[in-house]
Amino acid sequence: MVKEIMAGNKATAYGAMLARAQVIAAYPITPQTTIVERIADLIAAGKWDAKYVMVESEHSAMAASVAASNTGARAFTATSAHGLALMHEVLMWAAGARTPCVLVNVNRAMGPPWSVYADHQDSMAQRDTGVIQFYCENNQEILDSIVIAYKVAEDPSVLLPAMVNQDAFYLSHTSEPVDIPDQELVDGYLPPFRPSIKLDVEDPKGFGSFIMPPQYMEFRAHMARGMDAARERIRKADREWKEITGRSYGGMMDMYRCEDADFILFGAGTMMSTAKEVVDALRKEGRRVGVARLRVFRPFPYEEVRYLADRAHAIGILDRAFTFGRGGPLYNETNGQLYNHKNRPPTKNYIVGVGGRDVRQKHIRGIFDDLERFEKKGYGNEGEVHWWGLLDGSTPEVER
Amino acid sequence: MAKLTIPEDELMSPGHMGCLGCGATLAMRYVLKAAGRRTILSIPACCWAVMPGVWPNTCLQVPELYTPFETTGASISGIRAALDATGQNDVNVIGFAGDGGTADIGIQALSGTADRNDDVLYIMYDNEAYMNTGIQRSGSTPIGAWTTTTPVGTTGSWEKSPKKNMVAIMAAHRIPYVATASVAYPEDLIRKVQKALTIKGTKFMHIFAPCPTGWKMDPGLSIKIAKEALSCRAFNLFEIEGGSYKINMKPKKTSLKEYLFKQGRFKHMPEDLINELETDLDRAYDELLRLESLSLERAKVPDA
Repeated sequence: MVKEIMAGNKATAYGAMLARAQVIAAYPITPQTTIVERIADLIAAGKWDAKYVMVESEHSAMAASVAASNTGARAFTATSAHGLALMHEVLMWAAGARTPCVLVNVNRAMGPPWSVYADHQDSMAQRDTGVIQFYCENNQEILDSIVIAYKVAEDPSVLLPAMVNQDAFYLSHTSEPVDIPDQELVDGYLPPFRPSIKLDVEDPKGFGSFIMPPQYMEFRAHMARGMDAARERIRKADREWKEITGRSYGGMMDMYRCEDADFILFGAGTMMSTAKEVVDALRKEGRRVGVARLRVFRPFPYEEVRYLADRAHAIGILDRAFTFGRGGPLYNETNGQLYNHKNRPPTKNYIVGVGGRDVRQKHIRGIFDDLERFEKKGYGNEGEVHWWGLLDGSTPEVER
Repeated sequence: MAKLTIPEDELMSPGHMGCLGCGATLAMRYVLKAAGRRTILSIPACCWAVMPGVWPNTCLQVPELYTPFETTGASISGIRAALDATGQNDVNVIGFAGDGGTADIGIQALSGTADRNDDVLYIMYDNEAYMNTGIQRSGSTPIGAWTTTTPVGTTGSWEKSPKKNMVAIMAAHRIPYVATASVAYPEDLIRKVQKALTIKGTKFMHIFAPCPTGWKMDPGLSIKIAKEALSCRAFNLFEIEGGSYKINMKPKKTSLKEYLFKQGRFKHMPEDLINELETDLDRAYDELLRLESLSLERAKVPDA
């Protein structure tokens, strides 16, 4: 095991190399560009034996990945924001084709106005594609998650593509120490990709042909079962990864001091590291607070969310994205999973960090304060969905 | 020269879902005869996405990968990369797409594949419109043609722009082999597919495939009309190998008007438009002759 200081994008390239991805098809987009550069470096240096297809668009990147996977090779790609949106059609195709490709998405805001900064709108808008979605809070988690993602995606009970998300610049371009696991260790964890059926001239089959209504629904139900099966596979893959590396990401959800917490903030990505710091500080002040970091968005961690509901007086949901028309995606998902649950603490939605706006400790503190206030006094003027920190005065000045 | 014989192996079984007189079915049959069993096909949305049959049936006896409309180029690149990565170096990779999927929505991915010179054969079977969706105009629809989106109406709203020249576009990518072929000349077609598959890099073939349904003509005329297309210069048979042009057939010129008026899609065409088109087609044929003679001259010059 070697420890190296590296940015998230380099950790991404190392993760894909350690997973022995055989075909890479990618197209550059800020802030993903240093991923495609580091991959090119590793291949040029003779460290990684892979076919690198430098496609002319993200749409083709995903299409080439699906075709490579259908032909029996482990495929990898990486993109961000508009590139991911362009891939949308082929993400649907990859899932329907049951090709366990892995892609890394550097979470970035959607234009216009043009922005290259951190935001979860891009990936959360891909919710219904049938792609498994992981979210990371540090560079080590990116590297580890790529290997874990292949392990889960290629499981015969799952067979769905997986996307590993990392925050623009906060991770992609920020250097921190990362353990590079030994190749033998990864090989022992992740066996070679050997799909039971593939494009094979010795055993010709058609993949993705035309189908009529009496059968189509069966295919979609099979996909749904695959996605549901991924929950247990993710928990298992996380445990097995811990056994060999000592690192766990909590399986479906990363819970921090939630067990006895009265007030819990639930959200995704790097801002939750800040929230954990705030929890430590508030705990010292005697406040029973905790943080639940979304590790997997699809399949949704409904059991974990219900676990939070069983202990919290109130849950604040941080969304770095918005479903125009009604709240943030995590808020809607969480409320949806609690409706049929016996314990339903009040929830409030905080829209934060959109377009790379910093989420600082003072913001998190302010949100915890607001959550306690709301639990006692009910929703204020802002209602259930509060865009936290807008300059119009709707958020208390000290917390803006 | 020994007469070329058509391979007997049938990789397209009876029972396809094409229309009567479909040129595209012949194109597929001949391409597979030429390519043989060690072939992987990639097919986007087009007539051939439905003609093999409804799941779980297929009339094709090679592995087929169906893909989104605009992804044929990227798909065959991905297949080739995966074959290389897994050490399979004796398999043909063929993209088989219609004219809309090639000249319009798929041109970007195809350009990428050609730019990288990936080792694949891309075939555009050209029935001159979006036939699978019901005869809408494509970039490959010839000027003057009726389609469901270029109805004649009372204002003469037939197709107004000339047929997109995909062969020239692909030749401009400087790929090692570009050729045209026609379902009316199976031996020429098969020879070209076989030749293409011996060449490393990206190969592009444009196959003329009449569509009686969309062209509003007697299904029994498919082969005859494809032959007339050649003699009236509406379609030329040639190949570009390593940048050198060779015209494969130079039939005696026949009437363009007779070719057009056998097809209901052209029956409204005014005399002056027919004359204009004829001038244009003659000029294109003349350019081809010049390119051929230039290629011959170049071949005579010894290497410096």
